[in-house]
Amino acid sequence: MKILKLIFRNTFRHKLRTFLTILGIAIAVIAFGLMRTVVSAWYAGVDASSANRLITRQAVSFIFPLPYSYRDKIARINGVEKVTYANWFQGVYIDKNQFFPRLAVDADTYLDVYPEFLLSKKELDTFKKERNSCVIGADIAKQYKLKLGDVMTIDGDIYPGTWEFVVRGIYKPKFKSTDATQMLFHWKYLDETMKKSSPGRAGKIGWFIVKIKDPNQSAEISSEIDGLFKNSTAETKSETERAFQQGFLASTSAIITAMNFISFVIIGIIMLVLGNTMIMSARERTREYAVMKTLGFSGKHLIWLIMGESLLISIIGGGIGLLFVFPIVAGFAEVIPKGFFPIFRIVPITIILSASLAILIGIASAIFPIQRALKTKIVDGFRFVG
Amino acid sequence: MSALIKVENVSKSYKRDSFEIPVLNNLSLSVDEGEFIALMGPSGSGKTTLLNLIAGIDKPSEGKIFVNETEVSSLNESALAKWRASNIGFVFQFYNLIPVLTAFENVELPLLLTHLSKSERKEHVETALNVVSLSDRMDHYPKQLSGGQEQRVAIARAVVTDPLVLVADEPTGDLDKNSADEILILLERLNKEFKKTVVMVTHDPHAAETAHLIRHLDKGELV
Repeated sequence: MKILKLIFRNTFRHKLRTFLTILGIAIAVIAFGLMRTVVSAWYAGVDASSANRLITRQAVSFIFPLPYSYRDKIARINGVEKVTYANWFQGVYIDKNQFFPRLAVDADTYLDVYPEFLLSKKELDTFKKERNSCVIGADIAKQYKLKLGDVMTIDGDIYPGTWEFVVRGIYKPKFKSTDATQMLFHWKYLDETMKKSSPGRAGKIGWFIVKIKDPNQSAEISSEIDGLFKNSTAETKSETERAFQQGFLASTSAIITAMNFISFVIIGIIMLVLGNTMIMSARERTREYAVMKTLGFSGKHLIWLIMGESLLISIIGGGIGLLFVFPIVAGFAEVIPKGFFPIFRIVPITIILSASLAILIGIASAIFPIQRALKTKIVDGFRFVG
Repeated sequence: MSALIKVENVSKSYKRDSFEIPVLNNLSLSVDEGEFIALMGPSGSGKTTLLNLIAGIDKPSEGKIFVNETEVSSLNESALAKWRASNIGFVFQFYNLIPVLTAFENVELPLLLTHLSKSERKEHVETALNVVSLSDRMDHYPKQLSGGQEQRVAIARAVVTDPLVLVADEPTGDLDKNSADEILILLERLNKEFKKTVVMVTHDPHAAETAHLIRHLDKGELV
């Protein structure tokens, strides 16, 4: 207990220096937590993907559509449980800064394949019945203060015109990783309009979502689907939902790698700051360590003293950082457009990583001062002039 | 009286860069139990080095040192640390108290290495502070004490474990005459009343007069 008291008093001997070091660690942990949250938000789609869902898209590029007629052929493949489809609609809601996914889907089957979108039976039935209805995620309803019966007016860009949808359902996310920022409406409503205004664009969907019975068969079924449409005008590429999401991220992998790198550079810098503080502290106490050795204290005791001080600073700094990172991430989530990062929250691994790194910083920063304190002979310690 | 401290043909040299600097040269000395000896000599004569060797905080290059029949010069670092904790009390010229600890806590420091309970430690510390007449300042930090009081706390820390030998390196070197006299009286009392063997290094002939025996060193040899 007395050694703990000595560690505590040593830590706060130079209050300003200790305060600034703790502040530095806290800021570093906040920056690290925020950056890791951005990285994990980027991967949220991958994490939320299901093992029993395949995505079938146009082989050349995702932006080219597929014929609606493929649906029945895919559905007949052995091992396929259900086939649904979606089409990227985009459009402008209020203004161009209000981004969230707006998809034309098969109202009859889409939510069967996405059971993580929780919608009451009544709302689902109403949605299915009304051609111009839509379902929105709870986050979107909250952000735009939308309720059932409200009308959402969207200016079409990919599909020109003014589109009006009546909100008939608000889905809740089943898991924390489920995206609650989507707007879903009837593809048939879109298709009917296209038949009238642009017949060449009718009968086309963006991608199929294929629910399979056994995830272990994903490779065979994917291959079978693609085989069906080989040498056609619209060849397909089928892959697991996870692989599909990862494909999206491939184009931004350099940014993610840079953010990952920077987040660890921050930790490296703060390690040097704490290391410097500990070296200064240990240097100033060279005579005191000599006195303690003279009194019979062993190297083990000095290790405890120096390591304890370093750990105390890093744990306090890390703790304060972790305490503040939650409201800061929450504030950040409020500021950024909802659809940009549908899932923007601190995941447990970020907390574990931040806390572990704070402790690691404390240990690593003490190594050099400990080494010096142990190597210095008592007589040299007494001669030392700091 | 039997010899408590035996220094046998001890030589000590230090390496500074590529130079070998001899400090003690084949020196032998014997100090009886209960003795109060003063080591005098000019700067660089080797008196502090000899004191450090006797106290086990440095090792001789050659020769042997026995304290109470333990060959101190052959002990490893870990064994020496334990030996010092129970056999040697140190008094330094610049007191060397830990500034973040109170007088009480500074005196208690060596007792943390023992198996004494908290209440036993408290009893020992209060006794030691009482011996140096500082019972009323036990909650004061070093910066709240005068130089003489700090040195008395340092003496209390040195005797609190009831060591066999008290080594003092220029204990009055940083003090005014009155404070120095108080410290010398205290050391004399510890020697006479508490039967401590005292080895003191000093430049001051007046301080040396307190000792029973004065030995002079010059160029690493007893003269």
